[in-house]
Amino acid sequence: MAEFLQFCASGLTVGAVYALVALGFTIIYNASDVVNFAQGEFVMIGGMTTVFATAAGVPLPIAVLIAILAAMVIGLLLHRLAIEPARGASPVTLIIITIGASIFLRGLAQIVFDKQFHSLPAFSGDTPINIGGALVLPQSFWVLGGAVVIVIALWAFFNRTVTGKAVLATAANRLAARLVGINTSFVIGLSFVLSAAIGAIAGILVTPITLTSYDIGTLLALKGFAAAMLGGMGNPIGAIVGGLLVGLLEAFGAGYISSTYKDAMAFIVILGVLFVMPGGLLGRASVERV
Amino acid sequence: MRKLMSNRLAVPAFLALLVVGLAFVMPSNFYFRVAALVWISALAVIGLNLLMGFAGQVSLGHAGFFGLGAYSVAILPAQFGLHPVIALIAGGAGCALLAFVVGRPILRLKGHYLAVATLGFGILVSMVISNEAWLTGGPDGMPVPRLALFGWRARGADTWYWITGGLMVIGALLAVNLVASPTGRALRALHDSEVAARVVGVDVGCYKLIVFVISAVYASVAGSALALVNGFITPDAAGFLHSIQLVTMVVLGGMGSILGSVVGAAVLVVLPQALTVFHDYEHLMLGFMMMAFMILLRSGIVPSLSMLIGGRRA
Amino acid sequence: MARFWNKIGRVAVTSVAVLALGAAAHAADTIKIGSSLSMTGPASFLGDPEGKTLEMYVEDINANGGVNGKQLELVIYDDAADANSARTFATRLVEDDGVIAVVGGSTTGATMAMVPVFEDAGIPFISLAGAVVIIDPVKEFVFKTPHTDRMACEKIFEDMQKNGISKIGMISGTGGFGKSMRGQCMDVAGNYGIEILADETYGPKDADMTPQLTKIKGTDGIQAVVNPGFGQGPAIVTRNYRQLGIDVPLYQSHGVASKSFIDLAGEAAEGVRLPAAALLVADKLPDDDPQKPVVTGYKTKYEETTGEPVSTFGGHAYDGLMILVEAMKRAGSEDPAAIRDEIEKTQGFIGTGGTVNMSAEDHLGLDLSAFKMLEIKDGDWTIVN
Repeated sequence: MAEFLQFCASGLTVGAVYALVALGFTIIYNASDVVNFAQGEFVMIGGMTTVFATAAGVPLPIAVLIAILAAMVIGLLLHRLAIEPARGASPVTLIIITIGASIFLRGLAQIVFDKQFHSLPAFSGDTPINIGGALVLPQSFWVLGGAVVIVIALWAFFNRTVTGKAVLATAANRLAARLVGINTSFVIGLSFVLSAAIGAIAGILVTPITLTSYDIGTLLALKGFAAAMLGGMGNPIGAIVGGLLVGLLEAFGAGYISSTYKDAMAFIVILGVLFVMPGGLLGRASVERV
Repeated sequence: MRKLMSNRLAVPAFLALLVVGLAFVMPSNFYFRVAALVWISALAVIGLNLLMGFAGQVSLGHAGFFGLGAYSVAILPAQFGLHPVIALIAGGAGCALLAFVVGRPILRLKGHYLAVATLGFGILVSMVISNEAWLTGGPDGMPVPRLALFGWRARGADTWYWITGGLMVIGALLAVNLVASPTGRALRALHDSEVAARVVGVDVGCYKLIVFVISAVYASVAGSALALVNGFITPDAAGFLHSIQLVTMVVLGGMGSILGSVVGAAVLVVLPQALTVFHDYEHLMLGFMMMAFMILLRSGIVPSLSMLIGGRRA
Repeated sequence: MARFWNKIGRVAVTSVAVLALGAAAHAADTIKIGSSLSMTGPASFLGDPEGKTLEMYVEDINANGGVNGKQLELVIYDDAADANSARTFATRLVEDDGVIAVVGGSTTGATMAMVPVFEDAGIPFISLAGAVVIIDPVKEFVFKTPHTDRMACEKIFEDMQKNGISKIGMISGTGGFGKSMRGQCMDVAGNYGIEILADETYGPKDADMTPQLTKIKGTDGIQAVVNPGFGQGPAIVTRNYRQLGIDVPLYQSHGVASKSFIDLAGEAAEGVRLPAAALLVADKLPDDDPQKPVVTGYKTKYEETTGEPVSTFGGHAYDGLMILVEAMKRAGSEDPAAIRDEIEKTQGFIGTGGTVNMSAEDHLGLDLSAFKMLEIKDGDWTIVN
């Protein structure tokens, strides 16, 4: 049982990060149909900026704010300078642009920061907490708690504010949204800024556990994308479920079956699920527009 | 002009002239090698373009087939003493079979779901190659026996330039013929609208599967060629990043354009060599240029340029 | 951001300067040596210090009059640990740049992909990668400076034998380094009467290894754990190890060869043992140790120039360059074949990795004495016995 709980703790912590990356994918996808492969770079920017700001003597809370702001500005620039000018291009063209952006941001990070691995001190110490025999780091609760707060805040934003409802309206039907006077370009820009902030927060929370470096983004984008598809693209709840599920699959795969093929486990399950449910676990049944 | 362009031999003939012509201006073996790498990538990209540009199906796992082709000319001669040419053919046949088996369920998926399923397939292949070190040498890779035909040993970048150039021209020739055939017309119908194609009686699933198998064979042959040229192969060839690179080549050059496939491959193979002058700024420049190309030439280099010049699609 | 534009500006200026110099340099007749390193990508923590070291010391050598009265010109490429790019750059170095010798190849995969090019062209190649396959069997033009992974296993098992440990668990990275060392350790374990009871792995980019370590923890009779791997993996393994409260000794490999490991792993690093070159404990060597001046000299220069902690990886590049330069001086010519012969005759060369004695059968020239067994105490390395 202790073993089982330990695997759960590991899977949920890693899975929470995948879930936040997947959520970032979902927000941008809903607003603009763009699959943003630079999503992992936001996680890197959050972690690396915090590391370098604290190293420069900035107190942690302020460093965190700087990092989130930096990511948001880069998210906005990404939209204004790369996505907006290509408006109307095919989805696959837009995907290649975001891949170019992710290479660009990595190249920028290796110059502005460096190519070493970095860590942050854990927010509440390194003494593990014993839960039914499983030893869990306090930072894991920060990660999970952070994910929960983000999800609640997003829910409130989308359902309780006019701006949030404008985003939802744009996601539902862009043309109709524009007709009722919503500035869709602003909404899409906002979705990039939001996703960037979510990615950065994930990066900051998880750096004390998993370390960070300029090139962690690629793998996170890959896992986050897979998680979003597993849950059902475009569904925020699906993104969270998909992310946690991929994290748990990896942990249980490594723990109970074979650590060599633990990443394979996640993808085999994803393939299996998609064969049975071609729209993901919580996806809408896809109807092709003719 | 129009007549010449619409002739299905025009593009392969142009490519053949290009291969021959370039050979006279190559200053050193290094340039022959880079060109050979362009031809190899172009071959894989032509195959992938048939799938993406003509049938409208995306694959983020094509490096998996590329890697299987590469490892088949490494493993089969070493383990079973097969001749590399037989191994190349066996690799292509194996990939065709594999594509046929996995293609059935995978191709039922659409859009991004298809992307993630092919991505998963590619990752599984590269994981097996990287982990089964007893067979593949693991992440550090394995040597590939040199190709010998009738006592003549293929070595030297210039020799490989001709072999790979030839393979690429043949690949382009087969591809344009496929596109011009009734199958090709059915494929294009599929690209424009799957529903409409189905309504007019096109067996959508069957055609998708055919083109998926064909594109897998292209990738496999290209992989075998790369392994033989290098004499050494590592799992990077089958990796996720390589899959992304192949897709980028297709889109950059122009979806649905055979000539575009070669241009896309050339850009992404030559750029890193040209960008070495920027040292630390290499990746910055590469990313920037990818974005700039796609924003300015959003239908891909060849179709966008030919629209600009001729006011119509190539 | 200011720093970034600053750098852009500097690069622009230096590029122009380099172009101008390049034209001048051709006239002045320089000696070209080449390198392809993994300065970015998954092995950038190897290639980055290696590249900095080469650039730093070539500049240094040139400031002191160069080699045989000529200035050195270093041509350096970034292969991002991709074997295919490494191969292309190798061809470029030989065919286009016309280098007379090469020091490079951060990873075993990249090295092995380049070997045929240099063997065919008859260009001496000093590799900076770990695995034993590079020099065994011996290849005419290929040498290497880092200790082999096999030696690291032997050193670790020797220490275990001394401490009466015979049943161990292993957790290895699945990257080239970890995979190769795992194989070598399994190979030699029997010679030291060591039994491997648990054998787990983790991916090169994995962020959490508690599931694997939980399994090892649950295996009965394990007296110690070995972790072959490099990069961030070993730091995470070490942290997870303490998190789970595993109390048997943890052995890391020589892949953990810089102070940044201690910084990353923090308090969890206390008590970790590993085999490593004397470079890491430069200031703790006795004054009469012949390696002392070399390692302190390199450490000081590297840390002052780059502002980063020294690593043994950069040290391998230093050793490779110096072995090459000494061979060029002895050969007194720029003939690659003559330089190759002289590299092979290297005797008593004292580098950061140890004392190198090469021969026709041994293109590495280091023995087990080049390794020191270190233990981490109070956030610093100490030498065990």
